[in-house]
Amino acid sequence: MTVAIASGKGGTGKTTVAVSLALSQTVPLLFLDGDVEEPNAALFLRPRILGSRPVEVRVPEVDAARCTACGACSRACRFHAIVSLKSKPLVFPELCHSCGGCVLACPSAAIRESLRAIGIIERGVSGSIRFAHGRLNVGEAMAVPVIHALREDDTQVGLTIVDAPPGTSCPVVAAIRGSDMVLLVTEPTPFGLNDLMIAVGTVRKLGLPLGVVINRSDSGNDSVRAYCGREGIPVLLEIPEDRRIAEAYSRGIPAIEARPELRTRFGLLHRRLTELAAPEARELGVGAAS
Amino acid sequence: MKIVVSARTDGLEADVDQRFGRAARFVLYDTETKSVENVDNQQSLNAAQGAGIQAAETVSRLGAECLLTGHCGPKAFRTLAAADVRVYTGAAGTVTQAIDSFLQGRLKLAAAADVDGHWA
Repeated sequence: MTVAIASGKGGTGKTTVAVSLALSQTVPLLFLDGDVEEPNAALFLRPRILGSRPVEVRVPEVDAARCTACGACSRACRFHAIVSLKSKPLVFPELCHSCGGCVLACPSAAIRESLRAIGIIERGVSGSIRFAHGRLNVGEAMAVPVIHALREDDTQVGLTIVDAPPGTSCPVVAAIRGSDMVLLVTEPTPFGLNDLMIAVGTVRKLGLPLGVVINRSDSGNDSVRAYCGREGIPVLLEIPEDRRIAEAYSRGIPAIEARPELRTRFGLLHRRLTELAAPEARELGVGAAS
Repeated sequence: MKIVVSARTDGLEADVDQRFGRAARFVLYDTETKSVENVDNQQSLNAAQGAGIQAAETVSRLGAECLLTGHCGPKAFRTLAAADVRVYTGAAGTVTQAIDSFLQGRLKLAAAADVDGHWA
């Protein structure tokens, strides 16, 4: 089973929940930190890194000798990554989406694709947890290729946990797509609710079963709970506000270690996730997309 | 010669748009014929990326030799340079005032971009 942990609003506790869920399990599992612009799960899981590989994307390279400055490549490109005005083409590699359109469009076979490194995947272990995260190089604009490379990991385990980036844009979709279950972590505040609703819309468009975790649950107001009730979205876990969790977090100590009594709740969370992700549950539409 | 000025609305009395890539309009002025053409840049306004490049393509296609604007970003500058369009930054006031400043040699020819991408 692959569980993706996402949110709408940032800072609600995705990594807190993902890490504690991972540490509450005794079965071998794979933890993928997909927040490649700012991976932070390693601060808590402290994996021993065993290897790394670069993530490369294809970008056009123009053979000036063959190029006739006809501009066909420029017209084919949707992203303004290759521009041919009065001159030989200019390439803007950071805008390129590696679609290969310019290569196909060129009538002089003057364009070939070369590789450009945009990030790295690091793999390691933390106890019985197999760990990997992606790290996008500083200055790069596109996280998605690194997230795709991370999700290609096909290590066979019973449970894969994907810690997704915040928000609901392309990187989040890339991180959660194809998982069996999405957990949306929220806080019971107006901002939490607003962004949760947007995230629910995104997950439903992807047709994935979803559940909600309410962090700092005894703070704020009841709107999130009321919304989930109206929408038939199961609230699978509530974590009460506890300053000690925040203090531990600031020292790189997972919530489940700071507050061992949370272990039972996370064990229950895992059971409920398994139930909701099961094919029979999906058929009944329990907790699933509407 | 043909001059393009980034503008907030149409015509010679329009205010200069300090942005180039996401300028609302371009006013094309021919110093010989004194003709004025207004060109829309709406497509670049909401572009997530490549607005400067797209705007530069527009300016190049208009046959402009000079561009007068407030500021010019790095990708726009590179594209304009490849298209042999001379960029003058620091234009202000109305389109007419910008053209007058240029013709009197009071605008600075830009040797490079003067702002970062997505600065506005």
